[in-house]
Parts: sequence; structure tokens; C-alpha cells
Amino acid sequence: MANPQRPLPETASQTAGPYVHIGLSPRAAGFEIYEVEPGQDIAGPNAKGTPVEVTGIVWDGNGDPVRDVLLEVWQPNTHGAFAHTDDVEPGFRGWGRVICDFDTGEWSFKTIKPGSVARADGGTDAPALALWIVARGINIGLQTRMYFPDETETNAVDPAMGHVPEDRRGTLIAQRTEDTDPTRLSYRFDIRLQGDGETVFFDI
Amino acid sequence: MSPSDASNGTLSGTYPRDHDRHPSAYTPKYKSTIARSPKHKLIRIDNASEGATGPLFNHEDLAAGDWDLLSNFAAPGESPIGPRIFIHGRVLDENARPVPNALVEIWQANAGGRYRHKVDSYLAPIDPNFGGCGRTLTDEAGRYRFRTVQPGAYPWPNGPNTWRPAHIHFSVFGYSFSQRLITQCYFEGDPFISRCAIVQTIPLPQAIDGLTAKLDMEETVPHDTVAYRFDIILRGRDATYCNNQPEGR
Ligand SMILES: [Fe+3]
Repeated sequence: MANPQRPLPETASQTAGPYVHIGLSPRAAGFEIYEVEPGQDIAGPNAKGTPVEVTGIVWDGNGDPVRDVLLEVWQPNTHGAFAHTDDVEPGFRGWGRVICDFDTGEWSFKTIKPGSVARADGGTDAPALALWIVARGINIGLQTRMYFPDETETNAVDPAMGHVPEDRRGTLIAQRTEDTDPTRLSYRFDIRLQGDGETVFFDI
Repeated sequence: MSPSDASNGTLSGTYPRDHDRHPSAYTPKYKSTIARSPKHKLIRIDNASEGATGPLFNHEDLAAGDWDLLSNFAAPGESPIGPRIFIHGRVLDENARPVPNALVEIWQANAGGRYRHKVDSYLAPIDPNFGGCGRTLTDEAGRYRFRTVQPGAYPWPNGPNTWRPAHIHFSVFGYSFSQRLITQCYFEGDPFISRCAIVQTIPLPQAIDGLTAKLDMEETVPHDTVAYRFDIILRGRDATYCNNQPEGR
């Protein structure tokens, strides 16, 4: 790979394995060591916008839940600003770590609905949660996005959606479900690693 | 990366990932990949908005002693059992530039090959003084360092007699969500490396060598602790998206 622009090659990925929780969320592994485990509060206490709750399961190709999955979420605030170079509400980080129930594989997280993002090239990204998925048997973290079902018009002109064959776009759109809590909107987003309805994964 | 890298508000993207350096999703000798590998190709999105930025970490996110696995879980005056080692190195990007303030998190089995995890049932004992995880932020030069015990090899159910080489799991957060990486670090000379189906998911021998920590006599503390060196390379940021900051040298 003699690329003068890239003198060093990226370090190879390896699976996170079944014990990823020890490193990234030791309480889930069954012990207390860190006072603060990062990524537990995605939006923080001062976030503006619509509170949402997302629940789902990551399914394997045999139709079994992936019970050791760990997800990370990365999202902008309600105005489409990322807590990185942009100004955001105090305490808003827009990043979270999500662990599933080891028996059922079901996970759930609370945040606020992200805003549309104004792109440098003049386009607009529809509101979406970026998700990164690791587990035993996943050799390199999988990137996907969760879009919102009530954003039909914005979703239709979203540049990333434009790269997705029409018959697969639905795998990226969450379903609205009955609210479990009157103060937030509930969504269901199941992810299929393989087989019928395989979720679209991105190379970002 | 310093904030000046995005000085006029134009965020730089990363080079497209060179997938030849990484395992494929479907590597059937590592059995767990059979049902967990997507069959469709990844869909490339250029300049994905989430890929140019990522969460920023600071010293409030962690405690000063989190880097030292010999003491971060041990009872006062006690210490875990096993060979004392430093594992250290630099986090750089593909342009050979240091990545400061990268969050590096590690986890590992104890010296007997047992994890402190509610679902690990290997018969080797839990070490009461060893949690098996640590974390740190890289300094201005991209350097990191952990002190720990050398982990033991352990059996895993991939075949009738399959053992993982001694390894430390590494999770690294660079500047952006596209630089997110999880990998494992092995130790040079370990005869299980060439026999391990997880290691061998990586197609290029040079890339496997890049995951193999090297004995570092320079940093070894006589009569105290052996040092191993492991450098980590994250994806580089593409100069064509970058404004006035020349990348590379
Ligand atoms: Fe392991």
C-alpha cells in the first residue's frame, strides 16, 4: 500500500468479543470499578427538542437475538449541531453506549430526536441517529443509521438514502410504537445482520 | 486533533477505509461470523455528516488511576497475580500525525486466562485484586500507557481444542466517529497467534504483525516491570477536505 498520502495503514480491526462490557461498561459485566461510565446519558439534562425512546433487538441470520451486542449512538442536537465543533446545550454530548439485556437481547435508550444537518455541499441530511454495532462474530464494527418514519419528505431527499436501493430503504426507518411514557415518543428499531430484511450498513 | 483542524468550520472527512487491511465480515473458520455477517456490501457514503466529528473526551470523564490495572481494582496494599507489564505506544493516523486526547479503553483476562464477566465460566479462578479493565487519554504526542499483568491464554468453543493467544482488547476513539476502532493486541512469539481463527480473519501478515506488541527493553523497568510496545493507527483525515492545515509532512 505505498500511498504517499497515507504513509501508515490503519490498524486492523478485531472482534470486540463477548466480554466487551468489561472494558466499555463494567457494571454490565457485573462489577463496579469506575465512578463514571461514559455514554450513559446521550442528550444530557438541558437538551431541547422532542424526547424519544428507541427499543430494538439485533438479530442474527438464524433469527436469534444477539445477546452480547454493544451499540454506540452518535447524533446532533435538535438544531442539527454536533457536540464537537458546534455550540450545543450544556451537557449535550450526543453520544451514548447501549447494552442489551443478556437474556432477551433487547436494548433501549432515551435521547432527543436529532435535527436535520446542513451539509457543507449545500444538501441536507434527514434527522438520523448514527449507530455503531459490535459483538462476538462481528469482525469490524458495523455502521448504520436509524431514520424517523414521520420524516417522509426529508428522508426522500437524504443523500445517504439516495445511495440505498429503494427496496432496502425501509430497513433504516424506525417504527412508531405505543408510548411507554407520555413525555416521549417511542420507536422500535430492529437490526438484522443477515437474511431477509438485512439492515443496510454503511461505509462512512 | 486540535480544534484548529476545523478552523473555518469546514470539517475534514477521513480517507475511505482500506478494507483489504481488515477482516471480511464472513470468515467461517471463526464460527460466530457465519450467522452474524451481513451478505450485502457496505454502502459507501462520502462525507457522511456523522463521520467527520465524534464525541470529545476530557480528564473529567475518567479518574487519574484508571490506567493502572495493577492498582485500579486491588485492595489497599495488594496486587494482582501475574507478570507485571507496561503496554504502551502511540496513537497516530494514516498521515503519521499523532492523535491527542484519544480515549483508549482496554479489557483483558487475568494471568490465568479468566475474565471478570458474569458470563465467563472458565475454571481458572477470578483474581480478587484484578478488574481487568483500564482507560486513558493520549497525550499531545498521541502517547498512552497502561500497567497491568500479562493475560493468560484461554480456551474458547470454536473447535474441540481451540485457545486464544494472550491478548488485550483495545477500544480507541479518535477525533471522529469514522475513526472508531476496536481491536486486540497480541504478544510477539506467542505460538497461539498462528493457530487462532480470530487472528487469522486478517488477510495480510503485515496487518497481523501490526497487532503484535513487541518487547521493549528500553522501557522495561529493571527488577520491576517488562514493557511491550503497541502503536495504533487510525484512519487519516483527507487533505482535500481540509482547509488551511496541510496534512502529512
Ligand atoms: Fe478476549
